[in-house]
Amino acid sequence: MADSKENLTIHINEAWCKGCGICIAFCPKKVLGFNENGKVTMLDRENCIKCGMCQMRCPDFAIFLGGKE
Amino acid sequence: MNHPLAEGFFRMEKLPHIWCPGCGHGIIMASIARAIDKLGLDKDKVCIVSGIGCSSRAPGYMDFNTLHTTHGRALAFATGVKLANPELEVIVIAGDGDLSAIGGNHLIHAARRNIGLTTICFNNNIYGMTGGQYSPTTPTSEKGTTAPYGNIDKPFDITQLAIGAGATYAAKTTAYHVPQMDKLMEAAIAHKGFSLVEAISICPTYYGRKNKKGSAVDMMNFLKDSFIDHKVAEKLPPEKKEGKFLIGEFLNKVEPEYTEQYDKIIAQLKK
Amino acid sequence: MAKKVKFLQGNEACVEGALMAGMTFYSGYPITPSTEIAELSAEKLPRIGGKFIQMEDEIAGIAAAIGASLTGAKAMTATSGPGFSLKQENIGYAALAEVPVVIVNVQRGGPSTGLPTAPGQGDLMQAMWGTHGDHPVICLTPDSVKETFDLTIRAFNLAEKYRTPVILLTDEITGHMREKIEIPDASEIEVYNRIKPNQGDEYKAYKVYDGDLVPKMADFGSGFRYHVTGLMHDETGFPSNSTKNAGVLMNRLMAKIEDNLDDLITYEEVEVADAEYLIVSYGGTARTAKAAIKTLRNEGIKVGLFRPITVWPFPEKQVAELSKKVKNILVAELNYGQMVREVERVVKGNCDVRHCGKANGEVLTPEELIRAFKEVL
Repeated sequence: MADSKENLTIHINEAWCKGCGICIAFCPKKVLGFNENGKVTMLDRENCIKCGMCQMRCPDFAIFLGGKE
Repeated sequence: MNHPLAEGFFRMEKLPHIWCPGCGHGIIMASIARAIDKLGLDKDKVCIVSGIGCSSRAPGYMDFNTLHTTHGRALAFATGVKLANPELEVIVIAGDGDLSAIGGNHLIHAARRNIGLTTICFNNNIYGMTGGQYSPTTPTSEKGTTAPYGNIDKPFDITQLAIGAGATYAAKTTAYHVPQMDKLMEAAIAHKGFSLVEAISICPTYYGRKNKKGSAVDMMNFLKDSFIDHKVAEKLPPEKKEGKFLIGEFLNKVEPEYTEQYDKIIAQLKK
Repeated sequence: MAKKVKFLQGNEACVEGALMAGMTFYSGYPITPSTEIAELSAEKLPRIGGKFIQMEDEIAGIAAAIGASLTGAKAMTATSGPGFSLKQENIGYAALAEVPVVIVNVQRGGPSTGLPTAPGQGDLMQAMWGTHGDHPVICLTPDSVKETFDLTIRAFNLAEKYRTPVILLTDEITGHMREKIEIPDASEIEVYNRIKPNQGDEYKAYKVYDGDLVPKMADFGSGFRYHVTGLMHDETGFPSNSTKNAGVLMNRLMAKIEDNLDDLITYEEVEVADAEYLIVSYGGTARTAKAAIKTLRNEGIKVGLFRPITVWPFPEKQVAELSKKVKNILVAELNYGQMVREVERVVKGNCDVRHCGKANGEVLTPEELIRAFKEVL
């Protein structure tokens, strides 16, 4: 968890996403959206400020900040 | 790559959990794990106890000593665990019905004893597991399957109930206010004595549908707009406080803790 | 080693026995006629570093005991009629979750609040069938102060050995009666402790190995992080809706009892070798039966006593055997007919079975029993 923000990126575990839309609605930069399956997807990675609010409010551990792979 | 919190503190093979899309319980459960992480507690020394209901399924996912008991009785089982082995950090997870209806007697007495248990109430204002019956925290005039014409009961304020009964730490938060919730969880778990955090959850499936509250996002927006920290509220003009519900830390005081008091008796008798 | 001779109540002997068996935790709620068990536990437990807590109600009394047991404590709760009713749900929990716990029920006159200070034996069927769902139960009944001491130790041992709740079913007679008892030295007492996994073992909380029926039990806090639930669960301890799995679990739970009858069943026989007539009685009422048999024998009547000490599982085989040798069985108990149904069930018509009951809060006197016996003759 000590990684500086530069090394972090948003990861999505689509299998666990239930499509509630909470992360999308409360993303301060509105960089998230639904994909064709009704699950969360990253629309605008460049403008993501990696604040982690999507991770904090996701009820399903389906979206999180983690190291770039 | 796996979710670091899930990997560190949850039973990965049991996830995803059974809760409905948009249920606030997952948000609250994660906050408990973050607090345990922040406090650096030994997982082997943490015990999570629950009763029956939607929220009471949480311990099954959490990688600690976990005890899923009978309806309403989590605090009574937890009292036995804590008194028998005070070195365990015992956290009770309970829904509003579990904690304040069938388990109400245990709540007031655990609070009165000031025994070192942390109770996290996942309050979604409804009985979810059985399909949406009104609970002791369903607001008056709202609907449940057993209150088809509107609830005529007066709801409990669980936080104030715990304070009245003798808890030494009490706080209220919501599934929207996660940064605040994290801080309160941490303080409650670190607190010596009986602590309670009432986390207002959302139940889009039953409470939401029955009462036309819209989607999970709409319900989260309601939490965002309707709840303010009582310390912030103090400085606001009356018109800005109208219709708002207060959250935050309401009580944090030091009083003798039950198991320590008992250990003193044991020590005295040894002399 | 000098023996300690004491003049004790049955309730006091129960606590002495519990401590001898290793009780370190007691939680309960005051109720007549069991309260002395709580009072003495409150006094004695902290002296040995154990814990006593008076809970807010009967349900919490058993719940806290189960919680304590999960940390490795040997835990007991005691109650009487109304409290026994309230504890039933969690007795089932302990049976399914396989948590050792001892529940003492000092029976009084029922139903409802009934006769709090008077004896009864109306809870026998409830001891077996009180909680919902099929479940294993062990229930022991003493007829003296000394036996209350012995059976309390045995109750703890069986709870630990079989990981199941054990009910010590006494009554107001044995609970409040005072008798001289010799407390043996601790070295003379056999104490059984639950089997725990070794550190470093791969641990599945409800897995049994090679024909074993009882899984090893780790203490909460000892490094094995596992899950305990009152839902049907698989060998990992996690909930499972599989009917196949539920069948396997239920069969194992019931087999813990069914396959160990020889270990579990104890009884006393008095003058049965040449008996033509048999009285079956238990607990405090068996003392009435013993006095009656003496009188009847003096009159030349060949009558014997069979006294189940373990009432659940019921000593079916033993009663069935005796029923082939006697003309008549009279079951004496303080209720309107509970054990008599079990006797009828296992006798299968081999001989005549009658009942001598009383449920007004009085003990059955030897004269009354003799009168009933002679009416049957």
